[in-house]
Amino acid sequence: MSEPVIKCENVYKIFGANAQKMLQDSNGNVDAKIFQENGCIVGVNNASFEVSKGEMLVVMGLSGSGKSTLLRCISRLTDATGGKIFIEGQNLLQLNNKDLIDLRRNKMGMVFQSFALLPHKTVVENIAFPLQIKGVKTEDSISKAMDMVKLVGLDGRENYFPRELSGGQQQRVGIARSLAVEPDIWFLDEPFSALDPLIRKEMQDEFLRLQEKLQKTIMFITHDFDEALKLADRIAIMKDGIIEQLDTPANIVLNPATEYVRKFTEEVPREKVLLIEDVMETSQENLGNLKVSKDEIIENVAEKILTQEKAVAVIDEDNKIIGSINPSKIINTVFGGRKNNN
Amino acid sequence: MELFKKYPKTFQWLFLLIVFFALCFAIEVPETYKFIRGQAEFVKDPNQSSYVFLGKEVRYYAFDVFWRLPPLLGWLPIWINDSLFFLMNEWMPIEVWNEDTQEFKSRPIVLQISRNLTAFMTFLIELIREILLGGLETIVAFTSWDWIDKNPWAELPGLPWTIVAAGAALLSYKLSGKGLALFAGLTMVYISVFGQWKPSMQTLSFILVAAPLSFIFGLGLGIAAFKSKRVEKALYPILLVMQTMPQYAVLVPALVLFGVGDHAAVIITMVVAIPPMILLTLLGLRAVPPEVIEAGRMSGCNNFQLMFKVLIPTARRDILIGVNQVIMVCFSMAVISAFIGAKGLGFNLLLALNQLNIGLALEAGLCISLIAILLDKMSLAWANKQTDYFGNLTFYQRNKNLLFFGVIFVIGIILAYIGTFLFKDTFNYLFEIPHNKGISTADFWNKGVDWIFETFFVYIKAFNTWLIQDVLQPMRALYLRMPAIATIVLVVGAGYLIGGLRSALVVCALTLFIALSPWWDRALVTAYMATFGVIVSCIIGFTVGTLCFQNKHSANFMLGVCDIFQTFPSFVYLIPVMMLFGITDTSVLIAVIVYATIPATRYTIEGLRSVPAGLHDAATMSGVNKFQRLTKIEFPLAFPHMMLGINQTIVFALFMVIIGAFIGTEDLGQYILKALSDKKGAGIGLTLGICVAFIALIFDNLIRAYVQKRKKHLGID
Repeated sequence: MSEPVIKCENVYKIFGANAQKMLQDSNGNVDAKIFQENGCIVGVNNASFEVSKGEMLVVMGLSGSGKSTLLRCISRLTDATGGKIFIEGQNLLQLNNKDLIDLRRNKMGMVFQSFALLPHKTVVENIAFPLQIKGVKTEDSISKAMDMVKLVGLDGRENYFPRELSGGQQQRVGIARSLAVEPDIWFLDEPFSALDPLIRKEMQDEFLRLQEKLQKTIMFITHDFDEALKLADRIAIMKDGIIEQLDTPANIVLNPATEYVRKFTEEVPREKVLLIEDVMETSQENLGNLKVSKDEIIENVAEKILTQEKAVAVIDEDNKIIGSINPSKIINTVFGGRKNNN
Repeated sequence: MELFKKYPKTFQWLFLLIVFFALCFAIEVPETYKFIRGQAEFVKDPNQSSYVFLGKEVRYYAFDVFWRLPPLLGWLPIWINDSLFFLMNEWMPIEVWNEDTQEFKSRPIVLQISRNLTAFMTFLIELIREILLGGLETIVAFTSWDWIDKNPWAELPGLPWTIVAAGAALLSYKLSGKGLALFAGLTMVYISVFGQWKPSMQTLSFILVAAPLSFIFGLGLGIAAFKSKRVEKALYPILLVMQTMPQYAVLVPALVLFGVGDHAAVIITMVVAIPPMILLTLLGLRAVPPEVIEAGRMSGCNNFQLMFKVLIPTARRDILIGVNQVIMVCFSMAVISAFIGAKGLGFNLLLALNQLNIGLALEAGLCISLIAILLDKMSLAWANKQTDYFGNLTFYQRNKNLLFFGVIFVIGIILAYIGTFLFKDTFNYLFEIPHNKGISTADFWNKGVDWIFETFFVYIKAFNTWLIQDVLQPMRALYLRMPAIATIVLVVGAGYLIGGLRSALVVCALTLFIALSPWWDRALVTAYMATFGVIVSCIIGFTVGTLCFQNKHSANFMLGVCDIFQTFPSFVYLIPVMMLFGITDTSVLIAVIVYATIPATRYTIEGLRSVPAGLHDAATMSGVNKFQRLTKIEFPLAFPHMMLGINQTIVFALFMVIIGAFIGTEDLGQYILKALSDKKGAGIGLTLGICVAFIALIFDNLIRAYVQKRKKHLGID
């Protein structure tokens, strides 16, 4: 596998006057309580992970869990107190100001919770802004921005001001702006949290559609577990600055690493999250006639399977049988075993 | 006891008042005390006491310290004065090359800097002035008088008024549209036809130098303060004092430093106009949401781009208010600085007021107000202007305004040329209508004033007498009757009860400064006039504001009226009241009331507007009627904001009281005015200014402390 696009090694972010010194003294053993007594607040505590090309990592946590701080460390909107961050192999924390600006102008895009649009610029001016900052000629930047306007479906509103748009529309502008420079890495900081549920769902679908087309490397911050499950390739769950678990949605639902994570998974309708692959058995005996793909979500095929008496064959992309699944297993997954960790 | 526990604050206030009145009654008025014999006058009188500090002798009438504190700070004005002179005339001499005598000459560094600055300002003003009116100075600045003598053709001819008027209309059209263009055109035509062209252009050239410079420096310093905490901390106290210092007071030191003339006026205008610009820049930049800054950073802005493409445009609203303030102050100063020899409308206005020619004053005042409104609207339109990217414009369309101006220019020149034949023996009316050759309505107004006086003399006189005898005199007597110690106890006690120990100490220091200066009595008179003005203004302002708030359109209308009134230079307010009431305290007080009602009204409407809509609905659903909603919901919640309005009202009132000295009141302003013509007036003027500023700051401190507490209590930001 090629080099990860984003790589974090033991990243710490601690707020406070003598944070640096305290971190050094603690030898990497950061106890938030002791720090707090000394007037320091721990934002991110020993975060290590990698994000590979085209992958979407969703960081999930409640407010104050340090997820936004983590994102700001990786975009270097704030400097991490300790640890190393690599963006495509470049050591982010050692970049000088000019290189950092270059990196942001060409490689990074970011979407904000409160949209953060410039109030004095129209839709198209907002979207063209990063290009103009880069020094692109006005006509070129505007024509590129118009492409983006079309991409996010705001045609006809390019001369509106942000204040004349609804929240969903404003966030579309924010998304278009972050994509205008065609970045490889896309940061989204709770982009849909400020929107109404219906609009939110619409934007999520839109977002998935875009991502399918663009295949960016994404870090997506949210406090909504359902949103994380829906969008993520992998999910990192944070609490008090610590990453409690980092895994695929299925694994998190099936094997919560800590009590805290388990609480989130309890109410999750598993049939909507898990794939056949996640619950199948490897035995290939006593199979019936029905075959299902291993990539199906349980919910979609549950009815078919439940009407069978024998076990159902599970096949892969090449139509090869790789395992089986019993109707009873489906019933178990859907209705039982929520409390006792599989 | 039960009651005491329930309302501890009320009893604390009650106790404070009891102490205050006890002190008032316990301390008798000394027999030798006479208000009119000013303590600040340094005449030799055997009854005077004296002391020497820092080599300055201070003479004063000694009283019981509880009655009036001795002027322990009496040496300060003299010291400031001597120091200024020392700076100007002796400190750090440097060698300067003198072009005329071809030799080096020794000159103090401050004087040299002041001369260079002066020369630069003079050049700028003359440049603009001569583009508008014509003249030699600019060309002389690049060459010499000798060269001019040999080349008599080399003179800036000045623009015919037709070109300036059409140009202003065209620019307004480009910036905003037909409405503003019409207004600009009519204003210019009015100015010209009524023979005010020359002074108006003189004033305009003064403004066109002072306003942009103030804007640039204010913005720059505001940015610096935003970026560095240290700069902010250093600037803040200066800003506070400068904002509350009456404009008169800064004139006097300016006289010493920069001499007399337009250049000194520009510099002093900048000194006055920059502080509000800094404060509003800072306020605006602070209010930019952090995510917008982050969005800018993530778009790859460097620091410069972040400041000028993200922060400042986002903070535009507050910065624009700053620009509005700058323009307001510039026009205000355009009048006041006529005292130190600035030419233009202000000078004519003062002259007319001095001669009691109300009609002439009115004309000049109207012109200056019209120009002020025009510039204000133009700057606003300029800031709101949008670029059109999609119009596929031809060369002609893109440059049509420029081309159009070219055409106007040529036509204007041709007209002026024709004019030389048409008006061979008189003035060329198509070039410039000279002062006093235009239409004048002065006689009409003067007759009107006379008519009002003759017709309503009895009533005005009766009102005047009643106000002065039954309201003002007793009030003044009451204020002067307060022993110094009682006043200090009252103010400091209020500070403690409202804002705690810190507030009490600040207020105490400010009060002591005034009490120890030689002008405590005058300060009391100033305070009494301001108090009267503020009370009446607040009553009017709150009532008008509340009534207008009941309807959205009337509220907007009222805010618009406030905007326009605020743009008028403060001096203009004196004209109509002098028309009606002549030269009395009543005139000043009415001007004070009119002027100070503006912020009171504005803040009332804005405060009531800031009450969340959800609360209105909640209140309506609880079944309150309109009146109950007003008294139970809207007033309590809007009150903190309205208090800030009172704060502004006090500052406005004090300014006007001081300006009112021009008509002859006997407060601090009178002394500032006197200091203007005094060779040693700089120190006195400055100290007096600080005294007035401190009066405002005492109230400012108390009100702010109260508002903060109240806001916290109500949970509003």
